[in-house]
Amino acid sequence: MEQKTKIHAEDGKQELVITREFDLPLELLFKAYVEPGIVEQWMGTKVLKLENKKHGSYQFETTDPKGNKYGFSGTIHEFSLNEKITRTFEMENTPFGVQLEFLEFEKLTDATSKLTMHVVYRSVALRDQILQLPFAQGINMAHNRIQDILSKLK
Amino acid sequence: MNLRRDVFQALADPTRRAILLLVASQSLTAGAIASNFDTARPTVSKHLQILTECELLEQKQTGREIHYQINAKKMKEVADFIEPFRKMWDDRFNTLETIMKSYPH
Repeated sequence: MEQKTKIHAEDGKQELVITREFDLPLELLFKAYVEPGIVEQWMGTKVLKLENKKHGSYQFETTDPKGNKYGFSGTIHEFSLNEKITRTFEMENTPFGVQLEFLEFEKLTDATSKLTMHVVYRSVALRDQILQLPFAQGINMAHNRIQDILSKLK
Repeated sequence: MNLRRDVFQALADPTRRAILLLVASQSLTAGAIASNFDTARPTVSKHLQILTECELLEQKQTGREIHYQINAKKMKEVADFIEPFRKMWDDRFNTLETIMKSYPH
């Protein structure tokens, strides 16, 4: 089965590209990025603020099972309906600093669309560090195929 | 250079994953690997070549024979490095897709 979400992260570069094709019309895909109630559902975060316009900003907050709160925020530099969002993103109170995100939304057919997310970090080292963060959600999921193979090695 | 994507493309193929599982427990010759599949021998050779090129498999000369073995370090590197990050986005996007499919429009 082909992977629907692809990550292109070249060695020695301070950027990466995430691409995903959706079985959704472009307008619905874009809506999932602008409606706070919908963002909350798929990002698994609370949306404190989401101003979808140039010079606007956004603020998300997640709470872990122990009750610790984590803030995520950024400002919006470019907003074109059903086309493009350019924004910064920052995990608050972490040493990772701010990253720049270029989100491009494309119509493939009337019923399918594609998202390209180009993320630029301050340095190569920071990008690699962020890629290696323990992503609880990913790790908790049923074993992916690589882990299946790895488990056979033991 | 785009090594990591090549690795994931290599892993995306079911026959290649089966080959990795096969050599995970013991190193095998190309012939021994091919005998486990109905696929033509040259096809298996091509798979072995791809897996070797992206360093998931290693060749080991044993006398006159070449054995293939898994490169555990590379496998672990690939799994540790990017897969959890990719999976996180994949999960999010799957949820997004499910939610929007039932969105009234």
